[in-house]
Amino acid sequence: MNYQWHWGVFLQPSASGDDTYLGWMLSGLKMTIALSLSAWVLALALGALIGVLRTAPNKWLAGFATAYVELFRNIPLLVQLFIWYFVLPELLPESIGNAYKQSNPMLQQFLASMICLALFTSARVAEQVRAGINSLPKGQKNAGLALGFTLPQTYRFVILPMAFRLVVPPLTSEFLNIFKNSAVCSTIGLLELAAQGRQLVDYTAQPYESFIAVTVAYLLINVTVMFLMRKVEHRVAVPGYLGGK
Amino acid sequence: MIKISNVSKNYGAFDVLKDCSTTVQKGEVVVVCGPSGSGKSTLIKCVNGLEPFQSGEIIVDGTSVGDPKTNLSKLRSRVGMVFQHFELFPHMSITENLAIAQIKVLGRKQDEAMDKGLKLLDRVGLKAHAHKFPGQLSGGQQQRVAIARALAMDPICMLFDEPTSALDPEMINEVLDVMTELAQEGMTMMCVTHEMGFAKRVANRVIFMDHGRIVEDDSKEAFFANPRSERAQQFLAKILHH
Repeated sequence: MNYQWHWGVFLQPSASGDDTYLGWMLSGLKMTIALSLSAWVLALALGALIGVLRTAPNKWLAGFATAYVELFRNIPLLVQLFIWYFVLPELLPESIGNAYKQSNPMLQQFLASMICLALFTSARVAEQVRAGINSLPKGQKNAGLALGFTLPQTYRFVILPMAFRLVVPPLTSEFLNIFKNSAVCSTIGLLELAAQGRQLVDYTAQPYESFIAVTVAYLLINVTVMFLMRKVEHRVAVPGYLGGK
Repeated sequence: MIKISNVSKNYGAFDVLKDCSTTVQKGEVVVVCGPSGSGKSTLIKCVNGLEPFQSGEIIVDGTSVGDPKTNLSKLRSRVGMVFQHFELFPHMSITENLAIAQIKVLGRKQDEAMDKGLKLLDRVGLKAHAHKFPGQLSGGQQQRVAIARALAMDPICMLFDEPTSALDPEMINEVLDVMTELAQEGMTMMCVTHEMGFAKRVANRVIFMDHGRIVEDDSKEAFFANPRSERAQQFLAKILHH
């Protein structure tokens, strides 16, 4: 193989002139982190709510939550992204739609990406929260109710604290997935990490260096996430139970 | 205190409870026994509304349990319940287990709730374990904490749903001792249990259930000396030999 390795390429001034290629990568990295973290916060909140509703005694609420989960986890992420980015603005009332379309294109890409990732992931989080709730002994709920807690109080003080502890490991997987899934957002032009990597290939003709850098960056993010989540797991471990001492 | 009148419950075509009626007077200790699947646990869970029932009426201290207008949470906060599998909250320390409902349901102050909890913990002989978590205690200890947790709410009566069935034989007595003491202090109690020794010692009345029906409802003397139904005779013959 006759390939000219050239790691110094990252320190060269970029084609836009005001930055180095390393700067491009770093801005992509920042975008990926900002997008994934904001989407994760939303996904966790929504997913917890939907997961709880799936176990609600009210069949309308439970039905709504089931429909939500099936909708968002059964449509490919890429298709959802295109719907949020290309289709939805057309469905808005004309005045709002026009104002939206005239706003900063990067903001449009970011918002569509964030909402798409958040809702897609929230459906998966909801399933895990539901599984956590259902894996607790039924007597726990009865014990909460028997002490005079209302149903919401029983969830708040008895069921959810344990359910969330049980699902920390699968939630860690979802947290990792959201960073990896965010690469899909490069398809609507959002300049996140994967997009910057591809751009680097186009401008420098150094594909190996570019993609190795992108790979290392994703790995770094995910190793950090795994490390943090392991801390969380230790922190919330219950003594005498679930890996606690 | 507890008045159960003509209560029936079914899951589809399967009748769990058939026309059950009985009463528990204030200060009375009533033991409910019978073979598995006879509906004892279901009946006791109907008393504080953990299980709904289709017909009949249950009145606890003047409040109808089945009435949709009844504030069930409020009623339950006044009726203590102890479960077969203890059901302490594993993520809370023993003190927190004892205090949380006092604080969140009765609105007691943190200190007051802690004091009360510790006093009751001392009473069940577990003061030294206050800072531990449920998973660090034995089954018998957990069940005694569960009794203390129920007592911390100052209940008007206590329901026990097979409190010793999940325990190692060695730990059964430490729980029965607490229950006996409670009975002797005049607590109104309804206990689903197979512990006939306990029944003989402290019960005022014994209810025998079979296939969802209350077959016998008699004073303990009459029940043990001369059970009227054949089913109860068989049952007693089988369990009293050991």
